[in-house]
Amino acid sequence: MENSEEKTVPYSNMSFATEPTKLVRFMRVCFIIQIFNFFKLNLKVMKIVVGGHS
Amino acid sequence: MAKVVVLGAGISGHTAVSYLSRSLRGKHEVVMVSPNSNFQWIPSNIWVGVGLMTPEQVKFALAPVYKKLGVIYKQALAVSINPEGDAEHEKGFVTIKYVSENEKGNEEKVTYDYLINATGPKLNFEATEGLGPHKFTESVCTYDHASHSWAKLQESLKKMENGEKQTFLIGTGHAMATCQGAAFEYILNVAFEINKRKLAHLADLWWITNEYELGDFGMGGAYIKRNGYITPTKIFTESILKEYGINWIKRAGISKVEKGKVYYENLNGEYHTKDFDFAMLIPGFAGAGMKAFNKENEDISQEVFVANGMMKVDADYSPKKYEDWRAEDWPSTYQSVKYENVYAAGIAFAPPHGMSKPMESPNGTKIFPTPPRTGMPSGVIGKIVAENIIHSIKVGKIEHPHKASMAKMGAACIVSAGYGVFKGQAAVMTVNPIVPDWEKYPKWGRNIKDTVGVVGLAGHWMKLFMHYMFLYKAKAKPFWWLIPE
Repeated sequence: MENSEEKTVPYSNMSFATEPTKLVRFMRVCFIIQIFNFFKLNLKVMKIVVGGHS
Repeated sequence: MAKVVVLGAGISGHTAVSYLSRSLRGKHEVVMVSPNSNFQWIPSNIWVGVGLMTPEQVKFALAPVYKKLGVIYKQALAVSINPEGDAEHEKGFVTIKYVSENEKGNEEKVTYDYLINATGPKLNFEATEGLGPHKFTESVCTYDHASHSWAKLQESLKKMENGEKQTFLIGTGHAMATCQGAAFEYILNVAFEINKRKLAHLADLWWITNEYELGDFGMGGAYIKRNGYITPTKIFTESILKEYGINWIKRAGISKVEKGKVYYENLNGEYHTKDFDFAMLIPGFAGAGMKAFNKENEDISQEVFVANGMMKVDADYSPKKYEDWRAEDWPSTYQSVKYENVYAAGIAFAPPHGMSKPMESPNGTKIFPTPPRTGMPSGVIGKIVAENIIHSIKVGKIEHPHKASMAKMGAACIVSAGYGVFKGQAAVMTVNPIVPDWEKYPKWGRNIKDTVGVVGLAGHWMKLFMHYMFLYKAKAKPFWWLIPE
């Protein structure tokens, strides 16, 4: 994006935000990790929803 | 035989009517009053807005589903309620005005034993001059709006393909708007689609929000467990925006829109403008605008509704400072404060106060998000209100064995950040409870063990899975009730 240059300009809004490394970006699309995450997150959501009302 | 009338076929009303029909069908009467002929799965409107789904994929006709469920369906707008009846009617009734082709304009008084007001929000575009799809900005609040938004977005994409730079402005269109999540999803999807087309060098993307800090989302922000740290959602949100190359303007209350320009005030009391080529701005929400009358036909709307038209329920509405807000202020049964057989579900109930700290500019303009009540909480509230009515009908007296306070209920927010079975992305955030409870959880305000903030392909699969699963449930297909809200 046009403003992506600002990422490295000190004191710009964006310069204070974190950014993922290449490893993190890879893990986000790694099929095996994501399959595991899919079931883990679904279980977590299910537990929260069911436990949230009586 | 008892008669239950539900107003509104959104997520909350439709959930309520489905459970009512399942338990009361054949023995009691269940009536649905909704001006809409279709049910829409609102979370997927984001994908309609970037051309990845058609409106047909996110909606279905209500009439055949209600026929299957044995629900009497009236395609009409609820105009007013008379909870005490009147000179002609012993029971409470709702005055409705038909909008369907063959009965358009006809009025009817529909009596009830129990009433659920699930009318949802009125999209209050009028509160900001120049806002809305018929004026200068787009919206993704309905499938029609999202479809219009996609048409406009295509014009910008075409200009970029011809080498022209474009400025995109997406966020909240009113100083007290809520639903930041939907706008956030939309800007990430727009950025993803621009990137996919290799047009990023021609795009100037801006997020504009009334939040004090990014990641507030109308719930006062949250803390999430992430990569070995407990991180505020501010960091999480800023990180995602930076990754997508999106700049941001925060603490901004938009007051006016003209062609290609928004006018806003910030919390410092400064007035600014921002130019745009394409803007999608979420409007403020208000109640549906129903009136209430007593037996003598005197207007008692002020006793039944709060100023913005949302219904007063079993919450503590006494004015309090932010420091004195308590989790117990929030309602758990959604029973009307004045009438025991009237309930408000989903966005139709008036929250006792916000979750985000109220902020005001030196000029006296309130700039902060109002609390969100969409999606999962709406469905859960619709279900427990229906279950309490079913119980009351069975035992012959009004009791509330089922409770669901937003201060005890958790929620998951799946923020789509790009579409694709192998390349899609979404940010999954869970919080429990939705309303921070600083007495029970003094350090983080919520149960930190139940909070998650994860970005990845799994989130996209979850969002896609939920699209098909909830549409299956809403269509009342076999074993629909096994699917949680």
